[in-house]
Amino acid sequence: MKIILNNRDQEFDEQQLSISKIMEIKKFSYQKIIVKLNNTFIEKEDYPHTIVKEGDNLMILHLLAGG
Amino acid sequence: MRFSQIKQILKSKTVGIAGCGGLGSNCAVALARVGVGTIVIADFDIIEESNLNRQYYFWDQIGKPKANTLKTNIERINPKTKVIVQNVFLTEENVPEVFKNCDVIVEAFDKTDAKEMIIKTVIKTFPDKYLVCGIGIAGWGKNNEIKEQKYDKVIVCGDEKNEISENNPPLAPRVGIVSNMQANAVLEILLNEKK
Repeated sequence: MKIILNNRDQEFDEQQLSISKIMEIKKFSYQKIIVKLNNTFIEKEDYPHTIVKEGDNLMILHLLAGG
Repeated sequence: MRFSQIKQILKSKTVGIAGCGGLGSNCAVALARVGVGTIVIADFDIIEESNLNRQYYFWDQIGKPKANTLKTNIERINPKTKVIVQNVFLTEENVPEVFKNCDVIVEAFDKTDAKEMIIKTVIKTFPDKYLVCGIGIAGWGKNNEIKEQKYDKVIVCGDEKNEISENNPPLAPRVGIVSNMQANAVLEILLNEKK
């Protein structure tokens, strides 16, 4: 499938993947993140069973301290 | 658009700023200078000496509350900007009330828990409002790494890389750049919006 991940085209062999699986494949091991799928906020506890499909727009924003 | 029209539009707008530290104080000052009509500023903190390396306060203001003092400083720059002070600790419960009248909200927190709280709350409560965040401000140099990313209504200014630490402190130049980028992103939103 092809999706948009953080504003970039991203292709995976699988036809669908959970958000947790995408983070595993991409080796995202950030402590504090915000996940938005097609403009819907996704709660942490929903990462394992929220499915990302062809054409979806996924934002995984890594939060950093400082301001 | 003529400068007179630009000023007219900005005068009619309200911008909310969550946090009055390095990002928030400098962003608010930039927005007041260009004549944004109303700015809602929220912070519960007190000014410390260590803040003065980047935040828009003065030596004789150490010990004073940030939000009230920022209002004082903004009024010295542009008394025509109306400043609404919210001397509160922002939470998921009060963010919707504090920022409900804002055209755009600026995330200007220091800690990641607070950043998470406001981004989450704004996406969930105000899906149509723009939120301009500052992420990755620490250290010095590396001008070319500072950028803007647009995730629909969530705009992120910063390098998305450098977190503050003992060896990577927040310093005036990079914090100033990112806070002014946030103000610049706010202007882009306010001046492009057609209502």
